[in-house]
Amino acid sequence: MDVLLIHLINALLYASVLFLIAGGLSLIYGVMRIVNLAHGNLYAFGAYVTAWTVGTVAAGAPIGVLLLLVPTGAFAAALLGAFLEPTLLRPFYKRAEEYQLLVTFGLLMILEDVMRFFWGPYPLSASTLFEGFGSLSVGDSIYPTYNFLVIGVGAAAAIFLWAFIYRTKFGVVLRATSQNMRMASALGVNVNRVYVQAFTLGCFMAGLGGAIIVPSQSAVLGMGVDALVLAFIVVVIGGLGSLEGALVGALIVGVVREAGITWFPEIELAVLYLAAATVLLVRPAGLFGRP
Amino acid sequence: MSVPAGFLPSAGSVGRALRVALPVAVLLALVPVVLPQYQAILLAYGLAMAIGALGFNLLLGYTGLLSFGHSAYFGVGAYAVALMVKYLKVGSMELFLLGAIVAAVAVTALFGVVCVRYTRIFFGILTLALSQVLWSLAFKFFWVTGGTDGLRVPTPSLFGGLVTGGGDKITFMSHAYYYYVLVVFCVCVSLMWVVVNSPFGMALQAIRDNETRAEFVGVQIWRYRWVAFLVSGVFTGLAGALWVPLNGLTTPDIMHWTFSGEIVFMTVLGGFRSFAGPVIGAIVFNYLKTYAVGYTVYWQLLLGSVLVALVLSLPTGIVGTAGRLLARFREER
Amino acid sequence: MNLLVTQDLVKSFGDVRAVDRVNFTVKEREVLALIGSNGAGKTTLVNLISGLFSPDAGRILFRDQDVTHQSVHGRIRAGIARSFQLVNLFDQLSTLDNVALTVFARQGKTLNLAALAATDSAVWDEAAEILKSFGLAAKASMMAGGISQGERKLLDVAVAYALRPKLLFLDEPTSGVSTREKAPIMDTVSSVVRSTGISAAIIEHDMDVVFNYSDRIVAMHQGTILADGTPDEIRRNESVITTLIGTTGRDH
Repeated sequence: MDVLLIHLINALLYASVLFLIAGGLSLIYGVMRIVNLAHGNLYAFGAYVTAWTVGTVAAGAPIGVLLLLVPTGAFAAALLGAFLEPTLLRPFYKRAEEYQLLVTFGLLMILEDVMRFFWGPYPLSASTLFEGFGSLSVGDSIYPTYNFLVIGVGAAAAIFLWAFIYRTKFGVVLRATSQNMRMASALGVNVNRVYVQAFTLGCFMAGLGGAIIVPSQSAVLGMGVDALVLAFIVVVIGGLGSLEGALVGALIVGVVREAGITWFPEIELAVLYLAAATVLLVRPAGLFGRP
Repeated sequence: MSVPAGFLPSAGSVGRALRVALPVAVLLALVPVVLPQYQAILLAYGLAMAIGALGFNLLLGYTGLLSFGHSAYFGVGAYAVALMVKYLKVGSMELFLLGAIVAAVAVTALFGVVCVRYTRIFFGILTLALSQVLWSLAFKFFWVTGGTDGLRVPTPSLFGGLVTGGGDKITFMSHAYYYYVLVVFCVCVSLMWVVVNSPFGMALQAIRDNETRAEFVGVQIWRYRWVAFLVSGVFTGLAGALWVPLNGLTTPDIMHWTFSGEIVFMTVLGGFRSFAGPVIGAIVFNYLKTYAVGYTVYWQLLLGSVLVALVLSLPTGIVGTAGRLLARFREER
Repeated sequence: MNLLVTQDLVKSFGDVRAVDRVNFTVKEREVLALIGSNGAGKTTLVNLISGLFSPDAGRILFRDQDVTHQSVHGRIRAGIARSFQLVNLFDQLSTLDNVALTVFARQGKTLNLAALAATDSAVWDEAAEILKSFGLAAKASMMAGGISQGERKLLDVAVAYALRPKLLFLDEPTSGVSTREKAPIMDTVSSVVRSTGISAAIIEHDMDVVFNYSDRIVAMHQGTILADGTPDEIRRNESVITTLIGTTGRDH
């Protein structure tokens, strides 16, 4: 029974991080209709920055301080996003989509080496924070307490985002722009500003995903592309452009992956693809997507 | 603005193509005679990659589908050869090519069924994802694939055993094997030229230009994309099969997304809206990589920055830009 | 003889009933105009018949064959073709290529990747003939993206015609074209259609075009058919006059 509970918590843990990444991807797509192939590397960037501040710069500091430093990755990713949108992405909105894909793919490669340049080819960890949280007993087993924090952050992010998008003025503007960009512009919305804000928010989410998970598992090169592929599976299942879809998709992927790791460890990735492929065949737009 | 028609049967369009291709083929044939052995081997690598890029561009330039996972098919070709050596104990290049084609057909037929129902970003990430799956399988099933150590491939025999690498391997690679690769290259270029100028090629470009209208003239979109995917994958698989004897070894890296990125890069570098662009891009890239890799560890940074710069300012690549410059030069005279 | 019959065709988008139990017919060898204000359901009806959408209810019978759930490809083979309101061409192929491709597709030759397209002279001859009958022979080698709007409209129709349909749907063939170009375009289209004896259903807003070129007019309003008759009958039909033609008898 405990084992089942542990599996469930692991699935939720995984889902929390995936929701942040995929949610960011979906938000950006929903508003701007672009998919940033380098999105996974913003997650990785967030992970690296936090691992660096928590694990290197502030190493030895008390747990409280380290905890406060965790969001640095998220803010760093947001800053990076705010810089990238007007410089690298905006010139391509009016051009053929291949060019958008090519430029974000180039960005993916650049960011990969930027991280290598700053932090070297070896994993960077912030495990002191993780260990500092100790463990809780779950039935007869013990489980790291930090993971509950991650799940908490994931849940809080989901609630916050929902409130932000459906309960604030900015959220209204965001939704209007996403439904009809020209109309919103005609009504006086500064679309360029909305775009950079939406993009920054999406990058913040991805960076936050990296930031909160990195104490639990180190930052390594290549984590960005792995995350991109997984986030893609999430949005395929949940529907691109939908936050509810990102949430449901993340939960499904979290559960399927946990099941896969337990029973089919060799082909866990393939099992996920099977799930995604099934959804694609039955509902090509995803569970909550717009066809 | 008047532009000569692409498919209009004009006297000598085949002739015109040959007038460009034949001198180039002759020049390429002279390389082992005129240049040092190392250069011939280097060029052999380039020609193999060019076949792969040619295949890739059938999807990008002619069908409008940007694949980020073509390293998978290259790897399938290379591993097919390596596995044939390991389990079937064969050493004939012809068998290798056959095996690579069969393997590539099987994998692309399967992947194609899933991928071609989607376009643009979904297609791009699906292809990326599938190639990552293959890459991870190459790791995990290490008792078959040799894992990170990879599998060795010895010098093959050519033309059913008539020509063997009995003596010096370098001489074999820079002469006999080079010519073999050159012949296969010429055959592949001719085949691809026919494909893109065939009614099928016309239909592909129509689908690329206007999917809706293509459907409404009775072209069943996904069927054509699937065939294009198949042909594209087979060419790239063939490239992998030609590459692996040169390299002597195949490892999972060649199925990693970074290699897919290189294929994309070399095609954009050469110019993806032209027939010869990918070929030129691959050969140029091959030299770039050989000489630049010694200078920097930040290869992805270099590639990525140049790709972004290309897309921003020289989207038509080498061939397109050269064509424009040539046209302007002619006008000014 | 009825070429096309729809029975109680229904299509809704959300809460809006774009097509509301429409019984629409097209006879053999007739040119029909489909009129109605924007949102009346004309384009949706054509989209349903040509296969772009599936209806929510109702049937579509073409030459007594039920094509309601046929694919686009199937309907083209049965003999239905259409042009588009916003010109829909292969801009990076030449004018001649656009038509030739259609002929290749019609003849099922487009999966052939082993022979040069240039070698099939029968196809190219037919394509050239079609271009000539549409008055576009001079632009054969120009890229479709580079010819004038009027010529693009004609090419759009020519491409649909190259499918050798029995029923040709033309969605606003003169929209976006200057007034003095409209008559030549319609003269060309009309003469090709009538000389080959096929039927055509033309969505149009320009009443001059409608009254001068059609045998029969069907007026739609808010998803239903308001009136169906000869031009003279429609001209005198009061409900049509008030909802559509207004007082000037010209479109804007």
